[in-house]
Amino acid sequence: MSKVENNKAWWLVLPVFLLVAFSAIIPLMTVVNYSVQDIFDADHAVFVGVEWYREVLLNERLQESLLRQFIFSFTVLAIEIPLGIAIALMMPTKGTMASVSLIVVAIPLLIPGNVVGTIWKIFGRTDVGLLGWGLNQLGIDYNYAANPVDAWVTVVLMDVWHWTPLVALLCYSGLRAIPDAFYQAAAIDRASKWAVFRYIQLPRLRSVLVIGTLLRFMDSFMIYSEPFVLTGGGPGSSTTFLSQTLTKMAIGQFDLGPAAAFSLIYFLIVLLVSWLFFTTISEMDKDK
Amino acid sequence: MMNYSKSKVAGLSLYVLFLLVPIYWLLNMSFKHKEEVLSGLTLWPSNFTFDNYITIFTDPSWYMGYVNSLIYVALNMAITLTVALPAAYAFSRYKFVGDKHLFFWLLTNRMAPPAVFLLPFFQLYSSVGLFDTHLAVALSHCLFSVPLAVWILEGFMSGVPREIDETAFIDGYSFQRFFIRIFLPMIRSGIGVTAFFSFLFSWVELLLARTLTATEAKPIGAVMTRTISAEGIDWGLLAAAGVLTILPGILVIWLVRNHVAKGFALGRV
Repeated sequence: MSKVENNKAWWLVLPVFLLVAFSAIIPLMTVVNYSVQDIFDADHAVFVGVEWYREVLLNERLQESLLRQFIFSFTVLAIEIPLGIAIALMMPTKGTMASVSLIVVAIPLLIPGNVVGTIWKIFGRTDVGLLGWGLNQLGIDYNYAANPVDAWVTVVLMDVWHWTPLVALLCYSGLRAIPDAFYQAAAIDRASKWAVFRYIQLPRLRSVLVIGTLLRFMDSFMIYSEPFVLTGGGPGSSTTFLSQTLTKMAIGQFDLGPAAAFSLIYFLIVLLVSWLFFTTISEMDKDK
Repeated sequence: MMNYSKSKVAGLSLYVLFLLVPIYWLLNMSFKHKEEVLSGLTLWPSNFTFDNYITIFTDPSWYMGYVNSLIYVALNMAITLTVALPAAYAFSRYKFVGDKHLFFWLLTNRMAPPAVFLLPFFQLYSSVGLFDTHLAVALSHCLFSVPLAVWILEGFMSGVPREIDETAFIDGYSFQRFFIRIFLPMIRSGIGVTAFFSFLFSWVELLLARTLTATEAKPIGAVMTRTISAEGIDWGLLAAAGVLTILPGILVIWLVRNHVAKGFALGRV
């Protein structure tokens, strides 16, 4: 559709611009301001340049938590994207069962993060939880509160439980947009199921998969409430991710300078990875 | 058409089981007395009780948590739709200086981890006297709900042919009348889906909501930490509170069930 050139359209965008400016630019500038100063009180602040950035980048606890964050995000993406596609392919397309399965699959999405944490905290406990108790009965030594590996697996499982539905629903709506004629043509050509998936369905899912991957990457990178409620980041610091480290630093210890520098680095990493992903996809488009 | 085979039914059933068993366990716990929870594992409450729910509905410090959460979620939905509708219209219909940059900049805000904005938000809202109000939480949630809303609405609006706008203007409609009387009804499902997403992301967010409130506007997520007392955690009460946070979500998805497939494609596919 051709668009009309009209700069008066700015008036329509102005409310959004002002609102987001108030809630994004002012806070972001505050963070930048803190990240280059050492603040003693309202009247005494010393410009320290990149000192805080250096301190943050060299801090081992932060490096560990960053590494943990990357491993976590890639693990959940590697599970949720294929699983989401598989579920979307299995969901019925017509009739009452279609709406029922849609609603059931969407339920986990609408549960607040801390409640998801609570659900799995109860479910996984070895004394009162079905999962923890069941696994112990089967002879598997499982205890998320004491064993770092179990805690890690539980957090991944919890995220898969919580967010695979988003990928599934995105793919489901992508699949629904494929005209029947495509399938009929495939049937005439006696295409195998795999060929239908590979050459008809998967290409059509591209745009929703890009959105899904981006959303899942961004949100898994910001994960906070779920592991916080489940284990409080423990045992040790095996499930302490970036958001929690940052929150502890900013609110708990009130280290304004390092926390601000850390915030900006954190934000830049998310932006950078999203940008890299997006550019790679666009480049692949050009090659075709 | 895709043929619907038995293996698909089996696979889907298995997945639905995986989704529902933890929720079943939560429901099961919420109907148990404290003693029964601690005395051992039962698949169904032997002494069926509504006590946990009664506690929540009769204690203001509990139920006000739900009221607070619902207030700021509703406020957030109202603000988001009010500012996002005209903006999405501008993006879908006009070219203007800096439009692409503005659109991309809006989306980068969706990428900002809430933890980054925690401290400045706290100070900003304290300094303008909004700390511990529903409005503060609603405004802070606009940071990620507005970009998404503009994105979704723009997709839906681009699906409406320009000719409709032009015909209406020729017929003598003013912009406001056209927008409210003709245009908005045409993108009803888009508005429904946008409201759904605003609800979704505001209802599940806890970090900002908890930091920006103390007592007056405390969200249910923060209230739920109260069950941890000296004698340990009251699992039954916690489970009941959890069940009650799931209900509004189910209600909302029931309302938009017919638009949800289209909406998840963000109006673009």
